[in-house]
Amino acid sequence: MATYDWLFSALGLQDWCSENKTDAPMTMAQLLARSGQKGAESGAEAPAVSFWDTPFPSLDELNRSCDAVARTRDMTSWVEQLFLAVKNPLKVVLDPITQPLSWALDGSLWLFQTVPWFVVIPLLLIGVWFATRSIGLIVFVAVSFMFMAFIDHYVPAIQTLSIIFVCTGFSVFLGVPIGILMSRSNALQRFALPVLDMLQTLPTFVYLIPLIFLFSVTESKLYGIAIILYAVVPVIRLTDLGIRLVDQDVIEAADAYGMTDRQKLWGVQIPLAMPNIMAGVNQTIMMSLAMVVIASLVSAPGLGVLVLRGIRNLELGVGLVSGFGIVLLAILLDRVTKASLGRINVTHKR
Amino acid sequence: MTNDPKISIRKLYKIFGADPKSMLPHVHAGMGKPELLDSYNHVLGLQDINVDMQAGEITVIMGLSGSGKSTLIRHLNRLIEPTSGEVIVDGENVLDYTEDQLRRLRREKMSMVFQKFALLPHRTVLQNAGMPRRVRGEDEGSAETNGRTWLSRVGLDGYEDHYPHQLSGGMQQRVGIARALAAASDIMLMDEAFSALDPLIRTDMQDLLLELQKELHKTIVFITHDLDEALKLADHLVILKDGFVVQQGEPQDILLNPNDPYIEDFVSDINRARVLRVRSVMSPLNGETEFAGVVDVNDNLEKLIQMSGGDTTHNFKVQQDGTDVGILHMKALVRALVPAQSSDRGSIR
Repeated sequence: MATYDWLFSALGLQDWCSENKTDAPMTMAQLLARSGQKGAESGAEAPAVSFWDTPFPSLDELNRSCDAVARTRDMTSWVEQLFLAVKNPLKVVLDPITQPLSWALDGSLWLFQTVPWFVVIPLLLIGVWFATRSIGLIVFVAVSFMFMAFIDHYVPAIQTLSIIFVCTGFSVFLGVPIGILMSRSNALQRFALPVLDMLQTLPTFVYLIPLIFLFSVTESKLYGIAIILYAVVPVIRLTDLGIRLVDQDVIEAADAYGMTDRQKLWGVQIPLAMPNIMAGVNQTIMMSLAMVVIASLVSAPGLGVLVLRGIRNLELGVGLVSGFGIVLLAILLDRVTKASLGRINVTHKR
Repeated sequence: MTNDPKISIRKLYKIFGADPKSMLPHVHAGMGKPELLDSYNHVLGLQDINVDMQAGEITVIMGLSGSGKSTLIRHLNRLIEPTSGEVIVDGENVLDYTEDQLRRLRREKMSMVFQKFALLPHRTVLQNAGMPRRVRGEDEGSAETNGRTWLSRVGLDGYEDHYPHQLSGGMQQRVGIARALAAASDIMLMDEAFSALDPLIRTDMQDLLLELQKELHKTIVFITHDLDEALKLADHLVILKDGFVVQQGEPQDILLNPNDPYIEDFVSDINRARVLRVRSVMSPLNGETEFAGVVDVNDNLEKLIQMSGGDTTHNFKVQQDGTDVGILHMKALVRALVPAQSSDRGSIR
């Protein structure tokens, strides 16, 4: 009947197959096959399969020979069942832990949108001045924001910016300590590096799938977590790297003068790793910006929503203009963080 | 040398590798460095080191690169843990110390100067000099006052607010020395402290060190690969080769009586007239009364050659603090200028 009948008869498993017959619902393919065969004799043999068309012994194929073997769709449904089973206990733990993220995101969105534009923009410019001390950059940031406000993209832009600020803040807050721990323990580094690799290579959409089940789509921590998981990687990596790259001679001197681990960490390792840590923060900001667009699929406000509208409704102009707004944000965030990184590098020159 | 040494290293072994402890029996049985590497893939870093270092003296440990001298100095403050042996400082075995005791030793008893200076690049010169005091928990003010004093002592007035990268190598090492002195420790470890400097600056720094030492009487352990430097600074010279002590003693003595071809090679290249001193080549008083002049025991032979005008027939009277202590025959002096060879070593004295 089916290709792999001989396997089960050779193994003497026919009884097991018929005994454990699963009464799974019929697949669509079977249904179509049955309706196609209507009128034909029900016991008719399937046409012999040529050697070249031998199918791979997959779950579905084996199931056709032996009903006891589960089909692939059963397997995926098990995965789903498993996830749903752990979901509730997981939620009990994760919900309170991640709640501050929701508060921070909502609070910051509220703050940035409540304070009027003629206060927010000057405040941002003052921030840029303290970070970079560069007149050119201030002019660039001012012009960019005026332009976006002029074309009525101020609110989504400031929403995007607010989400990035919060997520970058959380990423640094989590990533730097993890990076420090990794730099101290080779075992932890060996364990953490593949996890970081996975977080970076996992397609960004895949983050969203389990998160949608865990949290409700109306909660802002849903996209917050997605962004942080994706964006925290560079700051962890570069903190670890930065501390490991601190000149061993200087570390030895610190040891020789009897510094405690704490004195060494705050007085030597972190200051000397600062250029690398800041490079990590720059990367983190860039990656949150990339993710904030995708996160608009799960209700993250901001420019990403407009891009999504452009795609969904084929409103070409809306999509392109908001896309340009994102590019503009990316450029100015990158320039500002690079300029402040440059200032740190000058005082740390060897 | 009857009083107790300040630092005493006893039967120190260091083996690098996966399981150093298990290699000890092989080394005790006489296996050498190459055999151990070939058959067990362990590197013999130091073997059976026994050195006494007296308080207030400069002990110079000399050897070529790979001889284990930097490894040895790091055992004194346990930056490297030995495989077996004892390091006794002021009567206490450092290797028995707990972490707290060890930290106190490093903070208060031993300071260190490094070949590559190892200053904190993000701190000013003054903050670097104040570092040992700050590490101990003293407040910023007293650390800075102390740092300023020592910076001025090593000749760096006016550079307090510079960053290390703005200074030349010689000046950076002055900061390194000021930092070590600021710790007010009895013992200073100097790991090839002057090796990275230009020859002229190196001479300056050696003079600075000797001048400071005249005043401060620290116990200094100095590592170098440069024999001239070793002979200039050393009160006690230890020569290391492949991780064991080839010869140790007073530098003059080693120069005149090298006990190993390795040391003969070393000493054959130096200007002996400048290094050797009258006390090393004089003979006892024998009633002679005719002298061409009077010299001090610590004058070097170069000065005598100058005094005698190259005439080898003269004898000089040797005095120490105004009393006669011996005779110097110019012939003996000339003989001493020829490096000893294993075959005719006996003929020198």
